[in-house]
Amino acid sequence: MTAGAMGAVAAGSVVWPFINQMNPAADTKALSTTEVDVASVAEGQAITVMWRGKPVFIRHRTPKEIAESKEVDVSLLRDKQTDEQRFKTKPEWLVVIGVCTHLGCVPLGQKTGEMRGDYNGWFCPCHGSAYDTSGRIRKGPAPKNLEVPMYSFISDTVIRIG
Amino acid sequence: MSAGPHASQRTPFQNPVIEWVDQRLPIFTMVNKEYGVFPTPKNFNYFWNFGAIAMFMLVTMIVTGITLAMHYAANTGIAFDSVERIMRDVNYGWLIRYIHMNGASFFFIAVYIHIFRGMYYGSYKAPRELLWIFGVVIFLLMMATAFMGYVLPWGQMSFWGATVITNLFSAIPVVGTSIVEWLWGGFSVDNPTLNRFFALHYLLPFVIVGVVFLHIWALHVTGSNNPSGIEPKTEKDTLPFHPYYTMKDSFGLVVFVAIYAAFVFFMPNALGHPDNYTPANPMVTPAHIVPEWYFLPFYAILRAINFDIGIPFTDIVFFEAKLGGVLAMFGSIAMVLIMPWLDKHPVRSARYRPKFRVALLVFVVSVLALGKIGGMPADAPLAHIGSFLLTTTHIAQILTLYYFAFFLVILPYLSKRERPLPMPESINDAVLQGQKSDQKSEKCCEA
Ligand code: HEM
Ligand code: FES
Repeated sequence: MTAGAMGAVAAGSVVWPFINQMNPAADTKALSTTEVDVASVAEGQAITVMWRGKPVFIRHRTPKEIAESKEVDVSLLRDKQTDEQRFKTKPEWLVVIGVCTHLGCVPLGQKTGEMRGDYNGWFCPCHGSAYDTSGRIRKGPAPKNLEVPMYSFISDTVIRIG
Repeated sequence: MSAGPHASQRTPFQNPVIEWVDQRLPIFTMVNKEYGVFPTPKNFNYFWNFGAIAMFMLVTMIVTGITLAMHYAANTGIAFDSVERIMRDVNYGWLIRYIHMNGASFFFIAVYIHIFRGMYYGSYKAPRELLWIFGVVIFLLMMATAFMGYVLPWGQMSFWGATVITNLFSAIPVVGTSIVEWLWGGFSVDNPTLNRFFALHYLLPFVIVGVVFLHIWALHVTGSNNPSGIEPKTEKDTLPFHPYYTMKDSFGLVVFVAIYAAFVFFMPNALGHPDNYTPANPMVTPAHIVPEWYFLPFYAILRAINFDIGIPFTDIVFFEAKLGGVLAMFGSIAMVLIMPWLDKHPVRSARYRPKFRVALLVFVVSVLALGKIGGMPADAPLAHIGSFLLTTTHIAQILTLYYFAFFLVILPYLSKRERPLPMPESINDAVLQGQKSDQKSEKCCEA
């Protein structure tokens, strides 16, 4: 009994390093902040920056877009979040990770002229998920809203992501 | 030398060198027993060629793979260029790569026909269940290998295929995200992912070789099934494997390889996707992501579940659509795995089971149709029926329903209810019966 338990512990402690080696390495984890100056992004425009190998969408929202996002009846949403839970301090700046929460494609809608879907936010071409101007999932197979990364304003126009 | 435990079972060889080796390691005796005189049902049709063909393809993939690996570099900065260098600069690199690339497709073609053969003639039934299970394991390993191989050239489809498929695991509740980051070795598909995929892509084919060995070992314990599904009873029912089936297998292989070579030389990119000649770009998803053709039916099943599974008109959800799709996709292969326990009908061959035969052929058509739909965009409009807009997703849902119904409803039902056609006494009688009916039909037509 005891011998068996000791054996299991021993086997586990040998196996663990071989499993854990596959997790993100120290240098991969270290690459985890990006700073962006958004001063040149006009109202209604958006930019995409790379953070941890993923695109981050920064959209300068118009008052109309903000108003639309606020009006939505939250209880009808799949992933229930108010617009206030989606931005930090400045409602005109929406910062979300540009990775569809379904299977990880990059949704369209950043460039002018790109398809933005039925809710005027983003549209994922892979399996048809549509997000609203708050980055919330409104239609299609994706289960969650676009993720809001950790970020902060280090000055009026500079955002640090991560 | 003759006192060893195996000595009594050996007949000496004429050639002194062979005899010397065989006394010490009876490998020639074994080969002769398993592939020379091995009694094999005499009524095999060409469907029985595909095992040997699949074996040939496995060897081809290993030889071309190892030679590609001598020039390939598994680093995101240079992977794409190293493959282009193989295509342009390495001596015969283009040929080796096209053999490998199209080889994956032809390996799957052979294995799909081989699986169909097993289903049609009931080869999965007792006593061959374990043999069947080894087969499904080989199929799963092949899918993993091909998926990781497709990532190596680091084109747009490589990258986005890898992203979408690894993200499937994020559907697992609670630990999903941790599992995906563990698979990636980072926060997205990136260099660590490419490196480990190469290591595994190199390894898995050899694991396949191991499982193929078990598969064939199990086969040589039970013996082969045959088109009549009747076990051989007397010597009249069988032929020695060599020269009868070595010849038939060689002939079939030549025909198969001729078609394969036509692809390699005249349309090497027909089965691939042009987007994979664009280097991977993590910031832009191609407009329409599709996996390799051999995954399309399963991809269609994945996308067919686009609704949450729960109690209607409430917020209670058991499976989110995403998890539901993943479960359906893996479940579709699990069905094949447990087929021996879903179909308990005592008659093996579809020849004597008219209802099973129809159900199986409809199943094959629905898998092909799923493949077709899997290659089309989701929710693409097909037709208006009144005010209802029929889309590819609806078709995929109907076909997926049939896929599962075939295994879970039709097979168990027919096991109990289907009355088989009259069966011949033996393989020999089955063959003679076939001849008689041929003669009859000739007479009818002369008159
Ligand atoms: C079960 C057998 C195998 C299958 C199904 C398979 C499948 C594939 C596929 C689909 C590709 C992508 C081809 C392309 O689009 O360029 C590929 C690439 C590659 N495979 Fe394999 N493979 C197998 C065995 C092997 C083995 C044993 C090696 C040995 C190391 C190997 C080494 C490579 C290399 C270096 C590449 C990248 C070069 C390229 O993309 O052409 N493969 N494999
Ligand atoms: S990945 Fe965006 S809808 Fe599937």
